[in-house]
Amino acid sequence: MKLSKHGYFYLLWMAIFIAIPLLMVVYFAFTTGDSQNITSFTFSLDNFKRFFTPIYIEVLNKSIQLALVSTIICLLLGYPVAYIISKEKLKYRNVLILLFVIPMWMNFLLRTYAWLTLLGKNGIINYFITKLGFQPLDLLYNDFAVLLGMVYNFLPFMVLPIFSVLTKMDNSLIEASWDLGANKLKTFLKVTLPLSLPGVISGVTMVFIPAVSTFVISSLLGGNKTYLIGNLIEQQFRYTGDWHFGSAMSIILMIFILISMALTSRFDKAKEGEGGELW
Amino acid sequence: MKNKKVLFLIATVFILTILSGCSDDRQTLNVYNWGDYINPEVIDIFEDEFNVKVVYDTFATNEDLYVKIKQGGSSYDVIFPSDYMIERMIREDLLQKIDLNKISNIKNVDEKFMNLDYDPNNEYSVPYMWGTVGIIYNKNLVDRPITKWADLWDEEFKGEIIMLNSQRDSLAVALKKLHYSLNTRDINELEEAKNELIKQKPLVYAYQGDEIKDTIISEDAAIGVVWSGDAVAMMRENENLVYVLPEEGTNLWFDAMVIPKGAKNVDLSHEFINFMLRPEIAAKNAEYIGYSSPIPKAVDLLSDDLRNNEVAYPDFDKLNNTEIFKDPSDILQEYDRIWTEVISSK
Amino acid sequence: MKKNLGRIYTALIFLFLYAPIIILIIFSFNNSKSRGNWDGFTIKWYVELFKNDEILKSLYYTLIIATTSSIISTIMGTFAAIGIYDMRGLPKKISLNLNYLPVLNPDIVTAISLMVLFRIVNLELGLITIILAHVTFCTPYVILSVLPKLKQMNKHLAEAALDLGATPFYSIRKVIIPQIMPGIITGALLAFTLSIDDFVITFFTAGKGVSNLSMTIYSMARRGINPVINALSTLMFLTLIILLIIIYKRSEKEEENIIEK
Repeated sequence: MKLSKHGYFYLLWMAIFIAIPLLMVVYFAFTTGDSQNITSFTFSLDNFKRFFTPIYIEVLNKSIQLALVSTIICLLLGYPVAYIISKEKLKYRNVLILLFVIPMWMNFLLRTYAWLTLLGKNGIINYFITKLGFQPLDLLYNDFAVLLGMVYNFLPFMVLPIFSVLTKMDNSLIEASWDLGANKLKTFLKVTLPLSLPGVISGVTMVFIPAVSTFVISSLLGGNKTYLIGNLIEQQFRYTGDWHFGSAMSIILMIFILISMALTSRFDKAKEGEGGELW
Repeated sequence: MKNKKVLFLIATVFILTILSGCSDDRQTLNVYNWGDYINPEVIDIFEDEFNVKVVYDTFATNEDLYVKIKQGGSSYDVIFPSDYMIERMIREDLLQKIDLNKISNIKNVDEKFMNLDYDPNNEYSVPYMWGTVGIIYNKNLVDRPITKWADLWDEEFKGEIIMLNSQRDSLAVALKKLHYSLNTRDINELEEAKNELIKQKPLVYAYQGDEIKDTIISEDAAIGVVWSGDAVAMMRENENLVYVLPEEGTNLWFDAMVIPKGAKNVDLSHEFINFMLRPEIAAKNAEYIGYSSPIPKAVDLLSDDLRNNEVAYPDFDKLNNTEIFKDPSDILQEYDRIWTEVISSK
Repeated sequence: MKKNLGRIYTALIFLFLYAPIIILIIFSFNNSKSRGNWDGFTIKWYVELFKNDEILKSLYYTLIIATTSSIISTIMGTFAAIGIYDMRGLPKKISLNLNYLPVLNPDIVTAISLMVLFRIVNLELGLITIILAHVTFCTPYVILSVLPKLKQMNKHLAEAALDLGATPFYSIRKVIIPQIMPGIITGALLAFTLSIDDFVITFFTAGKGVSNLSMTIYSMARRGINPVINALSTLMFLTLIILLIIIYKRSEKEEENIIEK
C-alpha cells in the first residue's frame, strides 16, 4: 500500500516544531552562560556532571517510582472500566465515555484545589470519618496524595485508548474461543487481553510520561516536601532562569523514557508478529 | 453533512474573531499586570475618559513576566513588576525612563516610598502597592502569642507550620532568624540558613505557594508566612487570625508601574500611570485589592475598616527593621542548590 | 449479579472523578471568597461573571483555541498515523520517536523551546502561535490513539479496495477511516482535553490581548482565585451535561431507526 506518503506532511511538521526545538534544548544542555544571551554560551558538560550527584539521582528515582506505581494503579482501575463500558449498548457507551473526559475539561488548578478541600485535616473526607467516630486521617502533603492526584488526572488517558481498542474488537474470535470450550476467564486472558494490548501500551505511555514529569501535582498535593524531576526542571526554567541545567535534566529524562519506550515497543513487536505467543 | 455544518460554523466564528480585532480604531494601551490586581471599573473609567482601548493581560510571577519581556514578541506599554525585578530590568536595559514632568500626580505619593534602592531616583518606576511579609497565626490553635521568626522552629508547633515554596522567601526567613541581612551574599551565612531550614523541615506541614491562604483560613494549619495584603483578606475570612511583624525584622516589598522598552504608545503610558496615581482611582484599587496604597490621600478615602487596619497600614516606626529585596540574579544558582538540598533532606 | 458488580464499580470510579467537580459546584455558591470558609449561600458570583470582561474574553479564546487546534491535530494526526502505520524500517522508527517527544518533554521545555523558535523567526506572538503550539503537543496523542486501532484493522479490506481500482484517498475515506473511527474520536477528545486545560505552553506562546482560561486562573492564584471562576465552571459543566443528554437522546433515536429498518 502507498499510504506512507500521508505521513510526510506530519514529518515536515515534526521537523519544524519538534526537531528544531529539540536541537535547541540539546544545545542549551551542552552549554553554560546567561540563558538570555546567546553570545555568552560556551560548551560545557557541567550541567550533566551536576545532575549525576546523589541528590538529583534520588529525585529522579523517586519520580520514576511514583510514576510507575500510578501507571499500574491506572491500569488496574482503568482496564475494567474500559472493558465494562465497551460491553455496554452503543447508546450508553458513547455517553459513558464522554462522562469520563468531561471532568478533565474543568480547569486543572480548580480540580486540584478541590482535592485540597476534600483531603485536608479539616476537609470533607475527614469530616465524615470523624462523624463515624474514627480518628481523622493524614491524607494530604504525602506520597498518598501525590499518587491520588496522578491517578485522578491521568486515568482517562489510560481508559480511552483501551476502550477504543476493545470496541469493535473482532467478536468472532471471542465466540470461537467459547465454541472451543474455553471459559470466560480463559477467553479473556487468551483472546481479549492480547488483542487489546496495543491499547494498553498507548495508555501506559500516555499515563507514565506525564506522570514522570509532573510538577503541579507534587507541588500542590505533596506540599513540596519532596521534589520530583518535573519540579526541578520547572524551577530551573521559571525561577532560577538556568535554562542550561533545565535542558540537561529534560534531556536525561527524555533519554530515560525513550529507552523504556524502546523496551515496550520491542514487547509490542513481539505481539504484532505472533499474535499472542506470550500468553 | 452534520460535521460540515459544524466546521463551517467554527470557521465563521474564527474569521469573525480575527476581523473583530481590527474593527476598533481607537488607540490601544497594552497593560500587563498580576491577575486580579486592579479594580476592573478603573479600566472602564480610563477607557471612557481618554477614548482609548485598554488591552489587559495578566501574569502569575515576576519571573514569568521577565522572560516574556526579555524575549519580546508582544509589546506592552505598562507593566507591574516588583522591586527586585525592577532593579534587574533596569540593569538589563529593558525599561524606559519615565518623564516625571508628565506625571503631575507623583506629588500624591508618600515621600517614604520614593527614591528607594531598587530605583534610586524614581527614573523608571512609580509605586503601585506595597506591603510587608510576616507571620499569620490562629490564636485558638496556638497556646502562646507568636512574635518572632524563631518561633517557627519551636517543636511545639510541629505539623502546624506552613512555609513558602519559594527559595528566596524561605531563605529570607531563615536569614532573618539568624539576624543576617536577607540580601546577604556571604556563603557562610547562606549555609547557616540552609542548616536552619533543614532543621525546621520535620516541623513543616507543607511548603505552599498561593494555596496557603485557604489552608490557614480553613484551620488545616495554625501558622504561616504570608504577605500583608493577603493577611488582610485572610483575617476577614477567619477572625481568629493574627498577623505579626517578627521582631528580627522582615521584608518590605513594592509593586510598581514601569514602561518597558519597545512600548508602542509611550505618551499614553504616561497618561495611564498619572491616572493611576489620582487619589480617587488609587483608592478604588486599594479597596478592591486590599493591598496597601502608597498614596496617603487615597488611604483617606478608604473605608474605615481598611484605613484603620494595622496590618495594611502599620505605624511606620514599626518598619524600621525592614529590608527590600535586591536583585538576586547573581546568587540564584546558590539559592537553587541550597533549596534543592533543603527539600531533598529527610 | 456480575453485571451489577460492574455497574457498582463503574459508579465508584465516576464518584472519584466527579467528587472534585461537586465541590467546585458547591463552592460556586459560597458567599466567602475563600474555599476554606463556608459563609452562606449566594448567587452573586454568577451575576459578577457576566460583568467580568476579562474572564468572558478568556473563555472565548479558550474555546477558539481548543476547537481549532483539536480539529487540526485530529485531521493531521489521523493521516500521519495512517502514514506511519504504512512506513517501514528507519523512517517509521524516527517518526514514532519524534512523535513521542512533545509527550515526554515536560510542558515547560516544550513551551520555552517553542517560544524561542517563534522569536527566532520573528513571529509576533498571538493566537496563531498558540494554535501552532497546541497542535504540536496535541497531535502526538491523536497518533497514539489511532495507531492501536490501525493495528487492529483488517488490512486486507483496504488492499482489496486498492486492487479493485480505488484511489488511496478513496480507500482511506471509505475503508480505513470507518474502521478506526473510535480511535479518531478518542484522539480528538484527548486533544481537546489537553488544549482546554493547558497553562504553561499557552502562557509562553501567547502575545498581548490573548489569554485562555488557564492563564487567567493561574495568574489569579496569587490573590486567591476569584469564585467567579467556579461559577463559570459550573455553567460550563451544566452546558456539557445538557449537550450530553441531547447526544444520548439522539443516539437512542438512531438506534430505534436502525431497528425499524
